[in-house]
Amino acid sequence: MKPKRRRLYYVLAGMATLGVAAALVLTAFQDNLVFFNSPTDVYERNIQPDTRFRLGGLVVEDSIRRQSDGLTTVFEVTDLIRTVQVSYTGILPSLFREGQGVVTDGSLDARGVFIASQVLAKHDETYLPREVVESLKKSGKWQGQGSGEANAQ
Amino acid sequence: MNLHKFANPARFVRYSTAVFPWLAGATAALLGVGLIWGLLIAPADYQQGETVRIMYVHVPSAWMAMFIYGVMAVASAVGLIWRHPLADLTAKASAPIGAGFTAVALVTGSLWGQPTWGTWWVWDARLTSFLILLFLYLGYMALWQAFEDPRRGARAAAILALVGFINVPIIKFSVDWWNTLHQTASISSFQGPTIHISILIPLLIMGLGFTTYYFTVLIMRVQREILSRKIRSLRLFQVQPGDGRVEATPQRG
Repeated sequence: MKPKRRRLYYVLAGMATLGVAAALVLTAFQDNLVFFNSPTDVYERNIQPDTRFRLGGLVVEDSIRRQSDGLTTVFEVTDLIRTVQVSYTGILPSLFREGQGVVTDGSLDARGVFIASQVLAKHDETYLPREVVESLKKSGKWQGQGSGEANAQ
Repeated sequence: MNLHKFANPARFVRYSTAVFPWLAGATAALLGVGLIWGLLIAPADYQQGETVRIMYVHVPSAWMAMFIYGVMAVASAVGLIWRHPLADLTAKASAPIGAGFTAVALVTGSLWGQPTWGTWWVWDARLTSFLILLFLYLGYMALWQAFEDPRRGARAAAILALVGFINVPIIKFSVDWWNTLHQTASISSFQGPTIHISILIPLLIMGLGFTTYYFTVLIMRVQREILSRKIRSLRLFQVQPGDGRVEATPQRG
């Protein structure tokens, strides 16, 4: 076999081996590579109180309640199958609103309420000018994220 | 087609010198039009407002960072298998450009993340794998410098570039394989873009401008590498054997 041909096969074999190795590693660490758990995961895995994890999902319509202290917000996060109640004390990101995807960091308390220490807004992959969204909403064809008004802090 | 005809360094210098002014002109025109269109004319986004304009630099930078790594990996494989010096030089010359685009994508992404997500940085799969890309570029550049003999450096760096290439599909599909804070791709070939045409056009112009910028700088850098190799071999040629200053490593097949 010519050296060039041999080197070609070595490189191809090396890349294939590395690819398989990487795929195996990534599959094995699947659970650690996800950034957040859905409400369904919370129920299925029976996550215990005071275990720190990230909870992600959509903010349920009409679920946002401001507490009397003026800083704490209680809302529900859903993956459209299960729902978890979240309580957060602090300033919310400007994109936070009903129907918006959020990722919260914290742990469950004894009552099963998720006490969040951080709330991040998840942005979707849709980029549209305001006028287009307004005309879509007018014609009733709007199906996008965040049907509520943006949270004006 | 005989590819070696195009891979001859002298011929490369001749052709690339002819193409260079056109590429440089196209870069200036595309970036000028793209920046003005993106920053001044394109509409604000319905959710992000004016923050969306960061995307016109962020997204093309990220595209280029991955594209250039792909070029580097292919050039490294060609250099490794067919031992073609021009392929090694292309890979070597690409690395700092790619590292620059990676850094720009990371910084602009962080500036966008703070007002939109509410955080500068998170360790999700997309952001982490992209940071690894920056380290791969930096490691690749360092490895070249670690060898006295450029041919051995080229070989070691080529292996690193190929091993690191595994990271590129991981970056690309990280947002689909795992849930991440980073959004999924807006421009995918299957469903059509989820980006309005008025925002998409300036983005694509910027993407083209960044691409021609890469090739413009690549030509400059490869030509410079060829010249410095020429100077090096001329120096080695001038040093006559026997005058005690010989430090040349003779060609080994």
